[in-house]
Amino acid sequence: MDAAEPIPESPSSWTVRTRRAIDRHLPMDHLLPVRQPYYVGSWVYVFGVITIAALVWVVVSGVVLAFMGPQWWHDSSVGRFFNSLHFWSVQLFFIFMVLHLWGQYFMAGWRHGRAATWAIGVVIFGISILTAFTGYLSQQNFDSQFIAINAKDAMNGAGVGAFFNVLNFGQMYGLHIVLLPIGVTFLVVVHIVMVRARGVVKPIDPEGGARS
Amino acid sequence: MDSPTTYFHWGFILISVPNLLVIAGMIVLFAIALVAPFPHGGDSDGRR
Repeated sequence: MDAAEPIPESPSSWTVRTRRAIDRHLPMDHLLPVRQPYYVGSWVYVFGVITIAALVWVVVSGVVLAFMGPQWWHDSSVGRFFNSLHFWSVQLFFIFMVLHLWGQYFMAGWRHGRAATWAIGVVIFGISILTAFTGYLSQQNFDSQFIAINAKDAMNGAGVGAFFNVLNFGQMYGLHIVLLPIGVTFLVVVHIVMVRARGVVKPIDPEGGARS
Repeated sequence: MDSPTTYFHWGFILISVPNLLVIAGMIVLFAIALVAPFPHGGDSDGRR
């Protein structure tokens, strides 16, 4: 197809409609901007970027652990190293996600039509907690057995024991390495695209003008 | 490594010392982020 071919005003093609919607809501100069407003230079966004960097390490180390298996991550020195890499990158992921959340809370990051961006961030936080809990159940050691035995009472007390059987290793491991990470990663991508589409929120008191 | 950790117990608050240190470190880092100047590059027209 010739790239210069004129496109009808009301195309029946869903690809053309999708392309126009993307051009309208997420033009390339928003998606990959050359310059940003001065207030983008804030540590709160550095915290967000460190969270994403930690997530990359979590996923990379997790892929290696899933490929090599529990015997390896418990018994070999390299396996224990990757086990620790996975654990500590999760610690950094949570620490900087919470710092980013605190910052966004105090700067009211949901203003000016950004409620969905804030809400998706909160959902990411919730799913990340579930992912971490199922990770504790996937260790394949006495710790995970102890946690599972205790967690089952909490799950049953909450009324969800029929759906989430924490004593079922296969279910917990599947949730931990497939469904929940896909959910977190997908929502992180959506979160970033939404930030790119609207830009970050303006300061409550821009330039200090309202100060008395 | 396998010995149980020590706990901080104050009234109804019961938290392990490692968790307490992590939370304290996060609060300190957040406080530093509030006051530490952010290194701005680029020109001076209000954008970077």
